[in-house]
Amino acid sequence: MDKPFAITLDVGTSRANKTGSWRTERAVYTNRMPPCNDACPAGENVQAWLYEAEEGGAGYERAWRKIMADNPFPAIMGRVCYHPCETACNRAQLDEAVGINSVERFVGDEAIRQGWTVSVEVPPTGKRVLVIGAGPSGLSAAYHLALRGHTVTIKEAGPMAGGMMRFGIPRYRLSRDVLDAEVQRILDLGVTLELDTKVGDLEAVRQDYDAVFLAVGAQLGRRAYIPAGEAAHVLDAVSMLRDLESGEKPLLGRRVAVYGGGNTAMDAARTAKRLGASEAIVVYRRTKDRMPAHESELREAEDEGVLFKWLSTIKQVDGGRLTVERMELDDTGFPRATGEVEELDADSLVLALGQDTDLSLLDGVPGLVVEDGVVAVGSDMMTGCPGVFAGGDMVPHERSVTVAVGHGKRAARHIDAWLSGAAPEPVARPALATFDTLNTWYYSDAPRAHRPVLDRARRESTFDEVVLGHDESTALMEARRCMSCGNCFGCDNCYGVCPDNAVIKLDDPGGKYLIDLDYCKGCGLCVAECPSGAIQMFPERI
Amino acid sequence: MAFQQIKLYQTGTFVAGNRLLDPEQRSVQARTGRSNSLTSGHRACRGCGEALGARYVLDAAMRATDGNLVAVNSTGCLEVFSTPYPESSWQLPWLHSLFGNGPAVAAGVAAALRAQGREDIRVVGQAGDGGTVDIGFGTLSGMFERNDDVLFVCYDNEGYMNTGVQRSGATPPAATTANTKALGGTPGNVFGQGKSVPLIAMAHEIPYVATATVAELRDLEYKVEKAMTFRGARYLHVFVPCPLGWGAASADTVKLARLAKETGLFPVFEAEAGTVTEVSKIRRQVPVEDYLRPQKRFAHLFGDQPRPDVVARLQARADRNIARFGLLPEGDE
Repeated sequence: MDKPFAITLDVGTSRANKTGSWRTERAVYTNRMPPCNDACPAGENVQAWLYEAEEGGAGYERAWRKIMADNPFPAIMGRVCYHPCETACNRAQLDEAVGINSVERFVGDEAIRQGWTVSVEVPPTGKRVLVIGAGPSGLSAAYHLALRGHTVTIKEAGPMAGGMMRFGIPRYRLSRDVLDAEVQRILDLGVTLELDTKVGDLEAVRQDYDAVFLAVGAQLGRRAYIPAGEAAHVLDAVSMLRDLESGEKPLLGRRVAVYGGGNTAMDAARTAKRLGASEAIVVYRRTKDRMPAHESELREAEDEGVLFKWLSTIKQVDGGRLTVERMELDDTGFPRATGEVEELDADSLVLALGQDTDLSLLDGVPGLVVEDGVVAVGSDMMTGCPGVFAGGDMVPHERSVTVAVGHGKRAARHIDAWLSGAAPEPVARPALATFDTLNTWYYSDAPRAHRPVLDRARRESTFDEVVLGHDESTALMEARRCMSCGNCFGCDNCYGVCPDNAVIKLDDPGGKYLIDLDYCKGCGLCVAECPSGAIQMFPERI
Repeated sequence: MAFQQIKLYQTGTFVAGNRLLDPEQRSVQARTGRSNSLTSGHRACRGCGEALGARYVLDAAMRATDGNLVAVNSTGCLEVFSTPYPESSWQLPWLHSLFGNGPAVAAGVAAALRAQGREDIRVVGQAGDGGTVDIGFGTLSGMFERNDDVLFVCYDNEGYMNTGVQRSGATPPAATTANTKALGGTPGNVFGQGKSVPLIAMAHEIPYVATATVAELRDLEYKVEKAMTFRGARYLHVFVPCPLGWGAASADTVKLARLAKETGLFPVFEAEAGTVTEVSKIRRQVPVEDYLRPQKRFAHLFGDQPRPDVVARLQARADRNIARFGLLPEGDE
């Protein structure tokens, strides 16, 4: 008994008292689906690659590799993608969406500048896959199939790879150096590309391969019947853009009318201006807000002085003159003729009324179903003919480069599974990280940085890229505007706010945390104060 | 805010750390080596603001003094939940005597250390609002006017929570407690009573007085660190929500502290030698109702017979603070 007076017990630490027994709910680190990832037609893990890019320096290459896991065209995406990710971005509800597309472009350009490459990490499977068409969908499928060890041959009817990325999208939106670099990277994986090789009959070549991916696109410009005088000069936008890329300068005259309201119409009108037309006017039968053209393309066209004539259809074309009828929208938004006509001066008329697919190669393929001019496919991208898959513009879906890239990726996954006889690994889709799951107090006020654009004089006379890239520091700031919705980004807040020191911070640079269930009382403070909503409470089983 | 702003988009200085920052730029609480002065296993309620505030303050003070720190504690929740015999949650030398004599005991410890020539060891006194504002007030004022070398910290949860939620001199008007029921024409605690000890401390013209909340960790740590650069009497008043006494969700502790500052009800400032030197501006101003509604102690203002007149009087208190301390950002006033 050498204890002081009235003292009978040794002093012990309160850590003997396991307050975790009070808990009725437990905090668990989770990953919710960020809206950007959810919206990406190519299935990119946007939040994850932004997380890497936020670090700057060595993080850019890791970001690039994360993009490349889903999409072989980061630099192209950063120019031509209509970025549904930014439309979905939660930050838009706080100030303005993160400029995801501009960061992707920076990372993609950095990869080209630094010469980063990917390589096939698996042994050859010995399986042969034929890809028909070297557009975004075909190239994407070839890339993903090659990475899985398959032997891929692409047969392309045209003289160069790229499809609509080369023959549909003008140079001022996508520099050909960038396109060539990203296509070459795919070919460097050992993919065989046969140019000027039009497949006229699929049945004749199909047996030489274990599987086929069809990606012939849609490059037949849709015609509409418009009575035309002998001197009328009418051409279609798709042919015009393709001829231009092949080195033929179309003769358009000084005043050019473009008929249609989609992205191709914008490209045709902007190209006409660059080819020397003093006036390019887009004639569209509905109103501006109903135009299918993407808002950014419309804005850029307007900036370049393209004129618009809304609610109008073309009734008659004669040399130098169009007859235009005014329309009005009925209750359902459908344009109705009013009978009022007027005349419009135009030396040529470019039709941009949509595109169809040349499906003649599919004659006699058993089981394959064509509906409304496109090939029917299941969710696995397989046509009715076993082993024949299809994607891109030739299947029923929204038509964009990014959608096509996504089709190629998904088809590759299913072709791979089909070739091995196994079901493809299911893709986990956790619950969406909605705005209300975030604690936005913690995000710095940070206005968005917009990309600089070429000055107007040069836009009207050259095919130089209109939208320019960010420099490194701006791209980094923009990446850091990401709120990392639904996923931990290592801010240490949970570790800080726990009144019971029940969050353990592991000593690794990645910043990982664990809940110490011996002491966690289940107060939920870490959940409430997590900026990105990456922790959730679950009831304890009692 | 006077502490160093970190020019990093994403979260800047609002969160505890951030993987992109050098460890030195992170808050004390974000470091794996923090002292955890108040360790796990304490018996504070779930989501206790006071337990959180005490660890924030003492870890920062431990870091500022290289661990040469003694804490003296008045009676209150903090003392009761941390030291049920024979256990202790304190990982620093810690002393408790009575409810009313905390500041005097702390002053005595400082004097004893000085007598021993150990002025490198610093003293922190701490108490809840009961032990500071009411019961320990006389000894606190004495400690101030003698300018004893003590940092005294009040963890203000606006009532005597440990004894069953009774009113203190820091309980806000209209709040219900065990002895200010929601009855009669002026339900809850009456208007026109209570006091601001930070302002009283300033009137003693001691070297340093500051207020802070558990919602702004960086600001709180900066103030503790700054307080430790002074010798003499210093006073830090930390706003710590009490889920039990306020009838609030345990997960809302930090949120309520944030709202108290953003409404203007709790002004966050620092003062040197009796003069206010810095004010934490309101970042996203909200009406007091946003702060009052999640708390059951104000539920009688929003029930079947709502009292918008009382809410308006509370808003007037917030507005007075905003005007008096200049809480709105430049250009918003």
